[in-house]
Amino acid sequence: MTGSSLEISIEHLLRELTPQVLGTVVRRFRDFAAAEDAVQEASLAAAMQWPLEGLPNNPRAWMTQVAFRRMTDQIRRESARRRRESAVVQEAAQSYTPEIAAIEIAADEDDTLVLLFMCCHPSLTPASAIALTLRAVGGLTTAEIARAFLVPETTMAQRISRAKQSIKNSGIPFQLPTIEERTQRLRAVLHVLYLIFNEGYTSSIGPELRRADLSHEAMRLTRLVHNVQSANPEHETTEVAGLLALMLLTDARRLARTGPEGELIPLSLQDRTLWDKQQIAEGVELLSATLPKGSVGPYQLQAAIAAVHDEAESAEDTDWPQILALYDLLRRMSDNPMVALNQAIAVAMVHGVAKGLELLDALKADTRLADHHRLAAVRAHLLELSGDKRGAITHYRAAAARTGSLPERNYLLTQAARLSDCD
Amino acid sequence: MKFILMMGMKTDKESMSKGIMTWPKEDIQAHIGFMIGLNKELKEAGELVSAEGLAFPDEAKMVRAGKDGLPITDGIFPESKEFLIGYWIIDVESPERAYQVAARASAAPGPGGAPLNMPIEVRQVMSGPPEELQ
Repeated sequence: MTGSSLEISIEHLLRELTPQVLGTVVRRFRDFAAAEDAVQEASLAAAMQWPLEGLPNNPRAWMTQVAFRRMTDQIRRESARRRRESAVVQEAAQSYTPEIAAIEIAADEDDTLVLLFMCCHPSLTPASAIALTLRAVGGLTTAEIARAFLVPETTMAQRISRAKQSIKNSGIPFQLPTIEERTQRLRAVLHVLYLIFNEGYTSSIGPELRRADLSHEAMRLTRLVHNVQSANPEHETTEVAGLLALMLLTDARRLARTGPEGELIPLSLQDRTLWDKQQIAEGVELLSATLPKGSVGPYQLQAAIAAVHDEAESAEDTDWPQILALYDLLRRMSDNPMVALNQAIAVAMVHGVAKGLELLDALKADTRLADHHRLAAVRAHLLELSGDKRGAITHYRAAAARTGSLPERNYLLTQAARLSDCD
Repeated sequence: MKFILMMGMKTDKESMSKGIMTWPKEDIQAHIGFMIGLNKELKEAGELVSAEGLAFPDEAKMVRAGKDGLPITDGIFPESKEFLIGYWIIDVESPERAYQVAARASAAPGPGGAPLNMPIEVRQVMSGPPEELQ
């Protein structure tokens, strides 16, 4: 194995081990915030030592022992300050043996879930939940997370430490939520994973590879949740598989989605030979296995829509009636205004542009959409299809003036310019 | 979402006659102390991306490329113009939070410790591509 491939496999191993070791340490010491720091230190120590000294026989036990030592050192320091010895600490430090590690492996998968439930707790802001999830469960370093979000490392460190403080203050116990709570809490977890995925998927500015990593990390974690769920079919929620399928089917188009300069290429103009066929097949298979189980949720519907697009040989072959039917269902489940916009496009493709534009007029009443650049962008697109060049130019420009995304603004300005040039 | 909060300074005679250079020492110190505290707060909140103050415009230059592409520098004409004198870039959950921070900065203490309520321009820093419409 060459030096760099050893480093890459160590990196992967550390990411896998992080939630396992963290679970063990939290369960032993009952202090999530301190345990998380200790595991991060153990992981940094491993990243320094293993490439030089080779992998230890039992990497997991190695990391657990280092993390335990950090914890006990810290508690001893605190105990000394308080002038009292803690018998608990002694006991915990001395009683950790490889045999116990073996027993604890059985509890791992649940631990990962418990950690996810903690990190994605509804009391945290999305940005905090994302950062904490990536570090505590994803095993990324603070520096890596900071780079991915283009903020200074100290800022990211503060965000993580505040998130841990909120968890501490709220007294969330280190255990699985009750069955009643679970569905709702799982929704929060899936939402955070979805946000992480989008953060990577939708960004091509900044250090590109790092951003793409976020999508892969989100897929890895979603797969992890999916595997745990599949092992406990009585607790299975089909939306986990739905989200994983959605990620696979969306990410499959990554290479086709932007041009050489990072410019956006709309779905209808993408080079479909660049789509990842294998990933599409996996997503479709997963979705086909999931849909018949019933209780179809929004992620499954979005995955189904992505699958219909992915399976079309060309833009002209797209099965718009089916997409429209899926959007109609999705609309009944979700009050998301973006869903309404997508539905209007599908209506235009099935029933004609005039019908789509009618729907857009009705959407103007929604205050969340009225001044949204997406409404103007979709209107511009439909006006162009209807042959109203002037109107399309006006709305492409209005959308360009309002968007917060640089590649999208470039795209919209280019669309307006293309139409003006034909005059 | 990232936002830039821009703080300006007017350089017309009337504004300059009330500018920070004319304040008593303790007012200047209170103002500076407030700004340092605000930055610390933003950093601890995990929201600060960067914050910089700019030198006063006295030595600023306007630069244009000449025919040969070389720089032609010119002094600036400070009368009745507003100059950027400092900015924050913050990464926050919502525009509302950015406005809140801007209002805090706006109320920085001036002469006699009274809030300046100076205008702070808030603009979004553009992000990467959006989710795809499908």
